[in-house]
Amino acid sequence: MAAHLSYGRVNLNILREAARKELREFLDKCAGSKAIVWDEYLTGPFGLIAQYSLLKEHEVEKMFTLKAGRVPSADVKNIIFFVRPRLELMDIIAENVMSEDKLQPPREFHILFVPRRSLLCEQRLKEQGVLNSFTNIDEYILDLIPYDGDLLSMESESAFRECYLENDQTSLYHTAKGLMTLQALYGTIPQIFGKGECARHVANMMLRMKREFAGSQNQILPVFDTLLLLDRNVDLLTPLATQLTYEGLIDEIYGITNGYVKLPPEKFAQKKPGEGGKDLPTEPKKLQLNSAEELYAEIRDKNFNAVGAALSKKAKIISAAFEERHNAKTVGEIKQFVSQLPHMQAARNSLANHTSIAELIKDITTSEDFFENLTVEQEFMTGVDTDKVNTYIEDSIAQKDPLIKILRLVCMQSVCNNGLKQKVLDHYKREILQTYGYEHLLTLNNLEKVGLLKPQLTTRNNYPTIRKTLKLWMEDANEQNPNDISYVYSGYAPLSVRLTQLLARPGWRSIEEVLKMLPGPHFEERQQLPTGLHKKRQQGENRTTLVFFLGGVTYAEIAALRFLSQMEDGGTEYVIATTKLLNGTSWIKSLMDRPEAQIL
Amino acid sequence: MAFVTANWNPLGEAFYRKTELYEMGWNLKDGLRDCLLAAAPYGGPIALLKEPQRRSPSSRPQLEIYSASGVTMASFLWKSGVVRQLGWTVCDDLLCIQEDGTVLIYDLFGSFKRHFSMGNEVGQSQVVEAKVFHSPYGTGVAIVTGASRFTLATNIDDLKLRRLPEVPGLQGAPTCWAVLTQDRQSKVLVANGGDLFILDYTACTAVNPPGLSPQASSIVHMCVSFSYKYLALFTDSGHVWMGSANLKEKLSEVETKVRNPPKQMAWCRRPKSRQPSVVIMWDRHLLVVGEGKDTISYHLEDDSILVPEMDGVRIINGTNHELLQEVPASCEEIFKIASMAPGALLLEAHKEYEKESQKADEYLREIKEQGLLAEAVRQCVEAAGHEQEAETQKTLLRAASFGKCFLSNFPPELFVIMCRDLRVLNAVRDYTVGIPLTHTQFKQMTVQVLIDRLVYRKLYPLAIEICRYLKTPEYQGVSRVLKHWACCKVQQKEESDEVIARTISLKLGEAAGISYSEIATKAYECGRTELAIKLLEFEPRSGEQVPLLLKMKRSQLALSKAIESGDTDLVYTVVTYLKNEMNRGDFFMTLRNQPVALSLYRQFCKHQEQDTLKDLFNQDDDHQELGNFYVKASYKEKRLEARVAHLQSAVDEYNKAKNEFAAKATEEEMRLLRFQKKLEEEKAIEPLAIAVRMHTEIQGITIGVTEHCISLFADDIIFFLSKLKTSIPNLITLIEKFGRFSGYKINNSKSVLIDMEGAADAAIERRNEGEISTILSRCSPTTDRALVERLNRAKSTAAKK
Repeated sequence: MAAHLSYGRVNLNILREAARKELREFLDKCAGSKAIVWDEYLTGPFGLIAQYSLLKEHEVEKMFTLKAGRVPSADVKNIIFFVRPRLELMDIIAENVMSEDKLQPPREFHILFVPRRSLLCEQRLKEQGVLNSFTNIDEYILDLIPYDGDLLSMESESAFRECYLENDQTSLYHTAKGLMTLQALYGTIPQIFGKGECARHVANMMLRMKREFAGSQNQILPVFDTLLLLDRNVDLLTPLATQLTYEGLIDEIYGITNGYVKLPPEKFAQKKPGEGGKDLPTEPKKLQLNSAEELYAEIRDKNFNAVGAALSKKAKIISAAFEERHNAKTVGEIKQFVSQLPHMQAARNSLANHTSIAELIKDITTSEDFFENLTVEQEFMTGVDTDKVNTYIEDSIAQKDPLIKILRLVCMQSVCNNGLKQKVLDHYKREILQTYGYEHLLTLNNLEKVGLLKPQLTTRNNYPTIRKTLKLWMEDANEQNPNDISYVYSGYAPLSVRLTQLLARPGWRSIEEVLKMLPGPHFEERQQLPTGLHKKRQQGENRTTLVFFLGGVTYAEIAALRFLSQMEDGGTEYVIATTKLLNGTSWIKSLMDRPEAQIL
Repeated sequence: MAFVTANWNPLGEAFYRKTELYEMGWNLKDGLRDCLLAAAPYGGPIALLKEPQRRSPSSRPQLEIYSASGVTMASFLWKSGVVRQLGWTVCDDLLCIQEDGTVLIYDLFGSFKRHFSMGNEVGQSQVVEAKVFHSPYGTGVAIVTGASRFTLATNIDDLKLRRLPEVPGLQGAPTCWAVLTQDRQSKVLVANGGDLFILDYTACTAVNPPGLSPQASSIVHMCVSFSYKYLALFTDSGHVWMGSANLKEKLSEVETKVRNPPKQMAWCRRPKSRQPSVVIMWDRHLLVVGEGKDTISYHLEDDSILVPEMDGVRIINGTNHELLQEVPASCEEIFKIASMAPGALLLEAHKEYEKESQKADEYLREIKEQGLLAEAVRQCVEAAGHEQEAETQKTLLRAASFGKCFLSNFPPELFVIMCRDLRVLNAVRDYTVGIPLTHTQFKQMTVQVLIDRLVYRKLYPLAIEICRYLKTPEYQGVSRVLKHWACCKVQQKEESDEVIARTISLKLGEAAGISYSEIATKAYECGRTELAIKLLEFEPRSGEQVPLLLKMKRSQLALSKAIESGDTDLVYTVVTYLKNEMNRGDFFMTLRNQPVALSLYRQFCKHQEQDTLKDLFNQDDDHQELGNFYVKASYKEKRLEARVAHLQSAVDEYNKAKNEFAAKATEEEMRLLRFQKKLEEEKAIEPLAIAVRMHTEIQGITIGVTEHCISLFADDIIFFLSKLKTSIPNLITLIEKFGRFSGYKINNSKSVLIDMEGAADAAIERRNEGEISTILSRCSPTTDRALVERLNRAKSTAAKK
């Protein structure tokens, strides 16, 4: 079921199995039939760990969403709350428990805190007088969720906002804990590199935790050679740019949540002869996207301009495979052909789906608006006129294009110019407030706080230096047969990935100057391995690096890292971990504050 | 070697041997006469109370604690009440049960730990007899009072007193009784003359041992085996009945020909024993009774006591300490005279080999031909484990090692582990340590427990040596010992905090997995708060430091430690604690010095306590945030005045924060709000018209380049609308909204909906060319193509006519 997790360099299925085992153990602790009351936010991430069938095997008969009032009646012995440790949720739970029907046969209550139990929440339950109503209060440590064969995510939407805007480092604590769990399963990671304040903090916590657990040295041969911790705010530019890989564009346009995407149904209607276009499905089409699907694994990381060719090549292969049946003469040959049929049919369906998706995307990428937007982005990234008010942005505001699009562009200009002149900044801000409403003042303030928007304090703009030293812009990006990571943005090489690449070869010492220009400290730590666990590297064996993006990572960055892994002379393979998969839109959205206006 | 079997005595199919463990190191004037004595199982310590009945304050009895080899560990005058019974707990604490029902607990070194009572009702009638027993649930105490009532506590660490039901017809003390553990419950078996009863928590049931000899009229003594599985009864007719403890099965019955009641009786079994056997002791006479008629009889020189163990019985008297046990099968096989068992042959072969005689080869061949060499090695290794003499152990192990050379694929663990175990056992059996454990007992109690025992005796160096030798993982072994050492160290009142803290940190150093917080807790319990704080400094787990620091009221320190740990939940916990402890001013000041805690608390307030949030910003003079706060607040207000007031506050704050842009934008917003209000209040129709025209979701009709939406007449309004599905609902909402101020309402009876397409259809129907032309002239490029076409066709047909 989750076989695709075990194909990668590191078998992430171990992690998933460990998580499933723990879940089963908890469920078995509550004997008898049970109903789960879900904190809605958790259902998505849990879907990556366990399907309903697993819960059903352990006598989960009903599932509800946590809301105020009374838990719907269900003839079960146990009610289990699966919640994040949040005070507001505790109040709802308390209400649920207190309004329990006294006449019905009593049901046992349990709480499972995800990812960690909290004294504060228990205190709140105690204040509400319901703490003793719970038979079990437990925690389900779910920090890093295996997302794909080479990808781990904490699925923590607000991590960036909490860390950089609200100075709440809870998610960093969870990160450190998650990395400890990872090390318990995959061995101590001997080398830790990092860049950024949060990275430093996480590394410090990890080293401290290692000291705390010093007694229980694990004796596992390390799977990862290096851990690289990167703050998102070291590279604010990359997520703002429009991703141009296939997967990246799907995410930009339709949004991928917890591995699923919802698409407009029209293109996917089963065309049956004689029925006409009458009853088009109105429900959006939901598709799961991961490397379990062979074709998707092949094209997801390609530049979108190369996807068409790949699809048509695949189409030829598949139809050729179907043609084979005419060549099958003997019964044995026919039998062999038939045995391959299910696989071929799956491949054909997959091809049909992706052709449809590609068409949908193409409609958008070929639009004039998309092109203009991309042109402006690329101008900014190459440093053209970043110090002036941009007319395209002005026009877009005047046309009242979606606010997030405007914010992405303005922020990008600010980042590429190391801040905007006060006059330019104020102009944009005024335009935005007057067109989209005064309430966005708070959002603008937030963007300034995290550094996405800022007034230029010094006249020196160091972005061009960074761009040149790190070769962030490649003029002749090859989209069809890439030779550099810049293909993922058709020219722009993501800064974060460039840092990763340079760390592996020739090392950060060569770029000390640039590292100093980027925010936060950079550092290197070593963790002592017990004797006998030092890896003896085979000739030509690749190193494995775990890259952890604190505050989120885009699909295009992942694609770039995968590209690096596959490079023949790369010498390093990457596994990616992050707090959340994001794109510019979802990222900016998480930073917005929208007070609900009361009607006067 | 020839003498190995010298102390063997046959009984039935098995042999029994009595081996000396120690010559006792104590110097007792009158031996064990007139003494109350308790020896803990598993070679534990011995407690001795001389002349327990002495009550006069001028001559108090002496309580002494010895190791099993008779080395004094503690000795002090007994100043409390009259002691009925002594006993040891599973963790080597001494229980002294007084006749008033109070139980006092002392540690190995005679320092008082705590006390508890076996119930108030005991006071009057007094404890007549008491027993200490061990079960999987811990150490228990059972007493019987002068009023013939039993009280039982299964676990003294989780004290729950159970008063058992009355025994019918019992007056005064019962003849004999014992505690059983069955079906996860402790029960008492009582004999009153010839009657036998089982007492559990709820009932008293009369029972009959199956096949008890009819001559017996009274049961005078009884004992339960170490495992609670077997029971032995001694009757006044001199019979010993042996059977299962549930009284369902009889194993054997033997006549001893001694009628006076024995002083003590104990089971002498070992795991995989060949037969049930009981040791019975009278004043100067010891008898081992098995299945058959035969018995083994020993003469005793001195007053003795029996200490039952899981694999034998220890006999202690004033000068000696001996172990009586059934000879283990492997030893018997090897050492029995003329034994041809593979082990015996291997031993012989090795002897010959050392003599450089070729007979060694003959013996070896004999074993190998039968294919029993592996078995022979195994026997030798096993037998070595059961021998007390180091020389014998060595001989056997050498033989085993010799045999191993001729075997391929023989797993080495057995041999290696046995060598290690024996080395440890010989070390603890040493006279100075005095823990005479057998190998069987050692395996049962595990190394962990042995280490604990050594730690209780403060034999730290030996414990550490053993841990290192056995390669016990640090956190289970060395670290644990060091922790105990440190806990003991902090109690040494004569040394200064400084010195102790330094010694401890030096000794413990970076030892893995040391819980300094536990040591600190101990120090705090001893009233050494300063020392506790110093020790906590060494604790690597900040999280662990926090609860103790809070308990010691060092909340500031607790806060910084919580922050250090990175665990935000812990920080929240301390913050909430501080909030309740301190006055608001101090609380805020504390937070101010801890930015991490402050921002977490802000987060908390944002969701829970808005007003506190404002105070926090105020305290920090954070005008920007205050401005934002007021902006947010303004959106919650329903009244214009309140909203504008909030915005005004925001303007002030933004000005203070020197954020001119925000101040200006806010002022503009205020002006806009006021203007809108004014328009609304003028009750004029114009604002509505403006609103309709501005509304993006109300779509008018485009003619040429202008969009027409609304026409105002003296008392009518005409709307021109397209995209009716969205336009009409939005229009109605807008009208209703304005209506709330102006009082205007839609007059439904007078309102007309004119359908443009309908009008065209009507004109086509009437074939009126002029009318059609008028409509056509009103058509714009956005008008439905089909309709225009129809109109054109109708026009041309009308013209023809």
